Amino acid sequence: MTTEAKRIGAEKLLAALPVPGVEGDREAGWAREARAGARARILGAGAPTKRDEYWKYTDPAPLTAPLAPAGAAGDAPHIHPFGENARARFVNGLFRADLSSAPKGAVCVPLSEALRRDLGIARTLFGVLEARGQEKVARPLAALNTACATDGLVVQATETATLHLVQDHIGEGASLLHHLIRVESGAELTLLESGTTANTAMEVDLAEGAIFHHVRLQTGARTPSATHIFARVAGGASFKTFTFSTDGGLTRNEIVMELTGDDASGHIAGTVMARNGGHIDNTVFVTHDAANCKSRQVFKNVMAEGATGVFQGKIYVGESGQKTDGYQISQSVLLDDDAEFLVKPELEIYADDVACSHGSTTGPLDEEALFYLCSRGVPRAEAETMLVSAFVDEAIGEIEGELPSGLMREQVAVWMAGK
Amino acid sequence: MLKVNGLEVKLEEENKRILKGVDLTVEAGAVHAIMGPNGSGKSTLSHVLAGREGYEVTGGGAVLEGEDILDMEPEERAAAGLFLAFQYPVEIPGVGNMTFLRTALNTQRKARGEEEVSSAEFLKIVRAKGKALNIDAEMLKRPVNVGFSGGEKKRNEILQMAVLEPKMCILDETDSGLDVDAMKLVAQGVNGLRDKGRAFLVITHYQRLLDHIRPDVVHIMHDGRIVETGGPDLALKVETEGYAHLTAA
Repeated sequence: MTTEAKRIGAEKLLAALPVPGVEGDREAGWAREARAGARARILGAGAPTKRDEYWKYTDPAPLTAPLAPAGAAGDAPHIHPFGENARARFVNGLFRADLSSAPKGAVCVPLSEALRRDLGIARTLFGVLEARGQEKVARPLAALNTACATDGLVVQATETATLHLVQDHIGEGASLLHHLIRVESGAELTLLESGTTANTAMEVDLAEGAIFHHVRLQTGARTPSATHIFARVAGGASFKTFTFSTDGGLTRNEIVMELTGDDASGHIAGTVMARNGGHIDNTVFVTHDAANCKSRQVFKNVMAEGATGVFQGKIYVGESGQKTDGYQISQSVLLDDDAEFLVKPELEIYADDVACSHGSTTGPLDEEALFYLCSRGVPRAEAETMLVSAFVDEAIGEIEGELPSGLMREQVAVWMAGK
Repeated sequence: MLKVNGLEVKLEEENKRILKGVDLTVEAGAVHAIMGPNGSGKSTLSHVLAGREGYEVTGGGAVLEGEDILDMEPEERAAAGLFLAFQYPVEIPGVGNMTFLRTALNTQRKARGEEEVSSAEFLKIVRAKGKALNIDAEMLKRPVNVGFSGGEKKRNEILQMAVLEPKMCILDETDSGLDVDAMKLVAQGVNGLRDKGRAFLVITHYQRLLDHIRPDVVHIMHDGRIVETGGPDLALKVETEGYAHLTAA
């Protein structure tokens, strides 16, 4: 596809969705500027196509079909997988105060309000980390989100806080949500996320010594979904994210993390369990821009029945990234001959004193181990579940806290039982 | 207990005959040993009886207490009372030894229509049986066979046997890789399980294991067949004369 065609594709994507905040109660000038900047970024980059190197393994066509705005939704039943935490709930792209509750230790404001009233940290973050994340690789669908997202959550954590972010979408059209998160020095935020939308972006800014745990459950999305997380991690801060993705159609998760202060650390982990023709792509870009920083990427994937999985993981170490400790592993089990997993690990290093490693394996379950278990009386299906659970546990082990990790282990068993 | 009749087996992948008509009857309460040179088919016999994939039975049969086992899945054979102690026990990272053994015990019991054992009961059984084999709590907590020494792996096999209480125990070169002390410990474990309702088939290269697990009957296997059967003295004869003499007979 030519550059011209890519630009036309981007125009179509923008034209299909209303420009938020220009009618009635208008967004603030700075917000409108941020929106305009994002529009310029997507028009500059064009819509992604399969011929782009970054989309080599995932055909973006289902994600670049113009989206229709979300329709209205009534009360939506939602199963709350993360228990009775404070909750911020969005239905069809809009914050629902009536279905939400405020957490202790953090201030939460809906994005739609923050962009109109200049509340919280919105002005310093909205579209800012997203734009930074486009410097090395174009991420047009993230720019589309900044340009057109109807709502999202703005969180500023000043103490220890736990929050469950629920994103529901019912019926026709597409939800686009954009979340902004700032964790202040010494504060610790646990963000549990469930539900999927057509397009979600999250900008996460960690102050020095801040701690952020993010656990995301993506299950059974029937419509294509693109997500982006842009994280900036200051000195001594700790960023941890884990995503459990199952089935669904096409899901592309991009995580862009920058370690900008000395002694920062970032863990990006995930488990993909896909079958029935599903396609799940985890694309990670980690930048080390300070000394003594540590990053880990741990992905464990289980594929079956025509599913395709993709992992693209990059560690970029700038000149100032001395004493970097970078680790990346993607391991996949294919439960039948009909599934595939595609991996692209990349290292780009400009500092001379670093330790970076990456590894990747793809293969069937160990037949020897299966026979061993079965020979002791364990039925084949149960033996497979035991081995798969053990296999993905390294990734699940990256999660802080027993509640979310226990829940993820349950999800593994549920998925195996449905196989 | 176990009756193997004219069993013929070839490798699925290549057209290679391994067992060429094995006849063997093991009575309840008896300990039979099978000795034989490398490549005679001893281990294949144990694999085929336990249900490992990769083999094709081209003739004959195997019956455990009146039930034809060759059409059963490995787990069904286990529930029917068959147990194979592996020559090379498999390491399974991430699966706890205790979890594994409890799942095995309870699925077997369920398959036989027996009541499942509770965690507390199970813990009691395993601790008691582990103690006799010098298996401590630390070893039980670790993933199955991961980081176990050769001796620990074999002791773990015998522990599984003790907990699962099979009727027909096949030991595939359980003495390989063991020093004398470890072998004695394993042999003690096996001897402790000898019972009039239980039979053993001990596969070994060497007579030395049979010093500790005294067999009632010794078979010599060569080129896919049992070529000679005798009492414990036959093992001693092998020790002094080797296999060349016997197989030439």
